[in-house]
Amino acid sequence: MSQTTVIVGLGSCGLAAGAGKTYDEFHRIKETDKLDFEIKKTSCVGMCFREPLVEIIDDTGKYLYGNIDAGRVDEIIEKHIRNFSPVPEYLIESEKYRSADAGFFDGQVKIALRNCGHMDPESIEEYEARNGYAAMRKISNQNLNPDAVIQTVLESGIRGRGGGGFPTGMKWKFARNNTAEQKYVICNADEGDPGAFMDRSILEGDPHSILEGMMICGFAIGASEGYIYCRAEYPLAIKRLNIAIKQARENGYLGKNIFGIPNFDFDLQIKEGAGAFVCGEETALIASIEGERGMPRRRPPFPAESGLWKSPTNINNVETFANVPWIVYHGGAEYAQYGTEKSKGTKVFALTGKIKHGGLVEVPMGITIKDIIYKLGGGIAGDKKFKAVQLGGPSGGCIPEYLSDTIVDYDSVNATGAIMGSGGMVVMDETTCVVDVARFFLDFTQKESCGKCTFCRIGTKRMLEILTRITEGDGREGDIEMLEELAATIKDSSLCGLGQTAPNPVLTTLKYFRDEYEAHIRDKKCPALSCKKLLTYEVVADNCTGCMACSKGCPVDAIDGGKKEIHFIRQDACIQCGVCYTKCKFKAIKLS
Amino acid sequence: MRIKRIVPQDETFIPDENLEVDLDLLNPLIEKYKTKKGNLIPLLQGVQAIFGYIPREAFLKLNQETGLELNEMYGVATFYAQFRLKPAGKHIIKMCHGTACHVQGVSAITDEILDFLSIKDGETTDDGLFTLETVACLGCCSLAPVMMIDEETYGKLTPKQALKIVKEMKREES
Repeated sequence: MSQTTVIVGLGSCGLAAGAGKTYDEFHRIKETDKLDFEIKKTSCVGMCFREPLVEIIDDTGKYLYGNIDAGRVDEIIEKHIRNFSPVPEYLIESEKYRSADAGFFDGQVKIALRNCGHMDPESIEEYEARNGYAAMRKISNQNLNPDAVIQTVLESGIRGRGGGGFPTGMKWKFARNNTAEQKYVICNADEGDPGAFMDRSILEGDPHSILEGMMICGFAIGASEGYIYCRAEYPLAIKRLNIAIKQARENGYLGKNIFGIPNFDFDLQIKEGAGAFVCGEETALIASIEGERGMPRRRPPFPAESGLWKSPTNINNVETFANVPWIVYHGGAEYAQYGTEKSKGTKVFALTGKIKHGGLVEVPMGITIKDIIYKLGGGIAGDKKFKAVQLGGPSGGCIPEYLSDTIVDYDSVNATGAIMGSGGMVVMDETTCVVDVARFFLDFTQKESCGKCTFCRIGTKRMLEILTRITEGDGREGDIEMLEELAATIKDSSLCGLGQTAPNPVLTTLKYFRDEYEAHIRDKKCPALSCKKLLTYEVVADNCTGCMACSKGCPVDAIDGGKKEIHFIRQDACIQCGVCYTKCKFKAIKLS
Repeated sequence: MRIKRIVPQDETFIPDENLEVDLDLLNPLIEKYKTKKGNLIPLLQGVQAIFGYIPREAFLKLNQETGLELNEMYGVATFYAQFRLKPAGKHIIKMCHGTACHVQGVSAITDEILDFLSIKDGETTDDGLFTLETVACLGCCSLAPVMMIDEETYGKLTPKQALKIVKEMKREES
């Protein structure tokens, strides 16, 4: 009988769902009962809605289980491992069985995420067993020259996955054409878009692919030094990167004449970011590595000409680098078979918000938004009505339900006013107020504006003030026009991408949901019943038991009625704080 | 809040007399980074890793031993969200206010905890046990709303659950 193996998913989100305890529990029972099975760890396979995930491999095949918290470990061991009988309640997928949730994997094509959830990220052997470092070996064995590598990347048609969408091969070519002695490769791992986590997942799940991608880039452009600029908020990613770098050095994959390629030296180090969204912008990132405040610089000169310490520098983001080894190994044409005419390949999206099956999906470009949400994501949580999807984070915009047949590629998404961005897809239902979402993003960009350009620094602040007063019921006639005017000015007068795109969330919501803005301003109503200050709270007499929970909680004593009496909210005193609504256990407080 | 923090608060630069800062702890750090280019941020990160914040004396020592200008260091320290100029509580609660968490109603949870601890966002409780900070995104969006206490992340929270976790920690400490 071959060995039974238990693999526990230990990415950040798995850990947050309790996978660490699950892992320990498997170990504990194995030790105490002296059982014979192997326990391994892996990272996130993307199925966040069923975390903690456990995969069991035995003679009969592979079994993927979901929602295995520590309390269920005993049951799984008893039934599956001791008695060879799989447990259908928690089974997501096996060779013979597919639960409804397994539809999450249908239509996905995993290139950037090819190893995530399928290997131990802390093992260089497992990476190599899955074609890891095969692209570097190919370059060495076939004596490929840098131009041939760049040609492959150009053929693949891959465009920067960080948001800008600039063709990666072109970027490399510019850096290569520069004859300077010292050049740098930088991996932008400062994933700051609130709502996107694909880069974290790749860093945690497949750190060696980033190292290999950067080596290939270093070889192609002629750079011997690399930096990974990683957010300090991702401690696990930094830990696993450090392990990967150490292993690569020990194996001689970093250092002098790596992979036996004559005159090719490459080494890299990690720079921990210090918490500034603007550092995702490439020139600000460079300033930050140089030890300065992360303020963007004027382009041109572009980094390919004068970047880090004034040397030619190529910056790509994590997802781009993760694709590179696959492209070089399999060839550009293989990658270009996926996608649309102008957007080739696959893209990773982080599906979150009011969606049933939230998680990480990698799909070929050209799939519709509707298919992502309904086929992969399982539809809207609680079967509420789908309202809009926010793409591209603070620089992006809302795409309304009626445009959900839009396909995902750079140009189609841009045409809606949103942007592809890094691939954060936040789904909103009928209870989400788009004005509040716009206010949320402006609050974010206003805090994160570095302060260099006046219109970004002050303009976003003014826009935030207007949006805040609209959501609080103090909106005035002319506010919408003022927002539009400010938005246009900020777009025109900001130096970097942060400022130029900061008004997008407001502009797209104004374009598609102008009536909601008007309802807030004119009727002092929030159609989504989300903006607290615009709601009226009333007691539903039939449901009220007179428990006094609401009146005790009310901070302004606006609720009358003694014990066992039906309560009454005095509207003139009510400050719409919502405490009574959360305190009531009998659904006796009505919102309108 | 970065821009706000550029204005020095009165108490920021007054060294707390109860806190003895052993500056000798910084020597290996300074030795390591002294001559490297781009060393300012790693130095400040190192100082904060040692003391939990960047004391005024540490700025002065760095200035004397590395030649980095005080104004440059202060400029950088106040630009990035990571750096603290005041000691933080024993436990740091990071409330994720990313998009997914916002849409799933994290604000109500944050308010509840702030209310329980009787502090405002970014402040430390009088007993020095907790500091609460709202952060942009912890990257666990599918488990929203999320909070992180020290190294531990908690997902799919309700106000009740979150409050229970904090109360539990407080009880264990007392």
